[in-house]
Amino acid sequence: MTYKISHLDALESEAVHVVREVVSEFERPALLFSGGKDSAVLLHLAAKACWPQPLPFPLLHVDTGHNFPEVLAFRDARAAELGVRLLVASVQEAIDRGEVVEDPAPGATRNRLQTHSLLQAIEQHRFDAVFGGGRRDEEKARAKERVFSFRDEFGQWDPRGQRPELWSLYNGRHRPGEHFRIFPLSNWTELDVWQYVERESLTLPSIYFAHRREVFRRGSMLLAVGPHTAPRERVPDEEPFVTTVRYRTVGDATCTAAVESVAATPAEIIAETAVSRISERGATRADDRFSEAAMEDRKREGYF
Amino acid sequence: MELLRLATAGSVDDGKSTLIGRLLYDSKQVYEDQLESVERTSRDRGDDYVDLALLTDGLRAEREQGITIDVAYRYFSTPRRKFIVADTPGHVQHTRNMVTGCSTADLVVVLVDARAGITEQTRRHAFIATLLRTAHLVICVNKMDLVDYSQQRFDEIRDEFQDFAARLEIPDLTFIPISALRGDNVVERSGEMSWHQGSSLLHHLEDVHIASDRNLIDLRFPIQRVVRPRSAEHRDFRGYAGQVAGGVLEVGHEVLVLPSGFTTTIESIETPDGAIDEAFPPMSVVVRLADELDISRGDMICRPRNQPTTGQDVSAMVCWMAEAPMREGAKLALKHTSRWVRALVRDVQYRLDVNTLHRDGGAEELGLNDIGRVALRTTSPLFYDEYRRNKATGSFILVDEATNVTVGAGMLLHPGP
Repeated sequence: MTYKISHLDALESEAVHVVREVVSEFERPALLFSGGKDSAVLLHLAAKACWPQPLPFPLLHVDTGHNFPEVLAFRDARAAELGVRLLVASVQEAIDRGEVVEDPAPGATRNRLQTHSLLQAIEQHRFDAVFGGGRRDEEKARAKERVFSFRDEFGQWDPRGQRPELWSLYNGRHRPGEHFRIFPLSNWTELDVWQYVERESLTLPSIYFAHRREVFRRGSMLLAVGPHTAPRERVPDEEPFVTTVRYRTVGDATCTAAVESVAATPAEIIAETAVSRISERGATRADDRFSEAAMEDRKREGYF
Repeated sequence: MELLRLATAGSVDDGKSTLIGRLLYDSKQVYEDQLESVERTSRDRGDDYVDLALLTDGLRAEREQGITIDVAYRYFSTPRRKFIVADTPGHVQHTRNMVTGCSTADLVVVLVDARAGITEQTRRHAFIATLLRTAHLVICVNKMDLVDYSQQRFDEIRDEFQDFAARLEIPDLTFIPISALRGDNVVERSGEMSWHQGSSLLHHLEDVHIASDRNLIDLRFPIQRVVRPRSAEHRDFRGYAGQVAGGVLEVGHEVLVLPSGFTTTIESIETPDGAIDEAFPPMSVVVRLADELDISRGDMICRPRNQPTTGQDVSAMVCWMAEAPMREGAKLALKHTSRWVRALVRDVQYRLDVNTLHRDGGAEELGLNDIGRVALRTTSPLFYDEYRRNKATGSFILVDEATNVTVGAGMLLHPGP
């Protein structure tokens, strides 16, 4: 017996510990589940942490109305399989009620509008801990986020006023109306996620794997031709073509780009990720390209 | 692949962020779009070189002021190890960040500017690393290019630090001459310093032996959660979930449960992937016991002949992290393993000058970023070990009951005066 454990076992154990702390110390947790790979890993870890009990909290999806159908199908199937309640906070309904106003530009992203629906759902259901699949390696502003990340009664994040977080002693004490975002995958990288998906034989939405799709280029992004994104007329560079692509991230379909790839299995994706020269968000997320501080600004307002 | 957690410390000008940027860049963990963004910002600011520090300084205020404010976590891996880097700002008022970064670190890298040599801050960083019981300390003498890669200068700095370090407990101390800006001895051995016989920093990080740093002797299993599914499939299941904090849990071994003092045996060790025969730190498992006992969150499983100290009167080194000072008579919430208790500050025994290691016995309070020895009384007993023996059962945090903010970090000492 060598008493060694692999990096994936260490990360898994840490995440399980975090989930167990939350279910022990909070009254009304929920888990943000979009059907994306990070939330799929998070859900798997949460189920392991609670095992052999069923998951004692609901799933919450903030639905922009701009989703890939494969991802929604996966979301529903996974929730049904675990027998867990799925709550959907709809951005479209918030727009219809006049609570938020959509950017009138064609193909505008609803990413920022999600914050409203998310905070409304948290308030309505009185959630005091909301698990998210955010990873610190995704973006610079996330690199400083705590595992137990405090949100005030307005749902705001104050990056300079965060509580110190030491050892594995998490402080989730809060007043009514305040809540925590919990990030059990804080120390995971994109590569760790894929290695774990492979090791645990996790099912993911099919669009994560290479498939043929009609796409067009917009700037450096490769966008799908579909109901939410289409080439603009008289823009010669946006000529559609069919190629083999996969998605590295799965978000709002208006701002999530595909990458050209023939990787059809987790193992092939691991091989590709290990030599990739473009970051996950840089390659596929138009929403983080606005400015150096785009993510920090959204997070302060209460974004994921 | 093994996981190594490290913390980096150095002052604003020691080039720490540049070093991390270099490690990420040279180990090919920096993506082209991230590099482009850094190049653009460097250009916009009028820098005449690409400032790799911008890869790690993520907050708007940090980029504007050119300083690092908070602990930032960075990730890179080589075929041999995955690394988690806690990048801690070294500015004077940020002792709390250094303590935070070191609390989870296997190894600490302290940067020294070859021109400035050992400073008060170097000594402070080294002291905090030893206070937090980080087993491995690496002194990187940076900016060697600015002292003509002089071996004599490197030796002077090493000798001076060794004189100081004689007063500290440092199980493993390594010196490496580097230039983070030019990449000398960071990933590859430098051609400019053939006199340096040791390895590059990255090679050292890949090689350093950390498997023995855990305590595999004293069994400590704090109960995190009682698991009783009451489902058709698991009707009679009763288990105790937790993360092994020390020693090795083995099926069939006799164990004792605190605070009740009852003994029983480990019937099985369960995981969602199947039962296992033994579990060790930092594994998270579910334990089933042979007897039905009254056990709840915060209780502790140990061996009958190897028990932690049980006590309500404890002494600890405390790092204070709040603006308002810690005063004698204050009542605070205290979290230790998986239990919350209340604690009364009975006595601030001394405040430590982290630069000179002088003990000020006249101190009656601890201010922001002060470290001192404190006597506490808790509302119910803690089951603890000396921090030097076991970090997981020897550490606690202090929380202000009015604001709920974490205001202190404590390392438990051997009971007694």
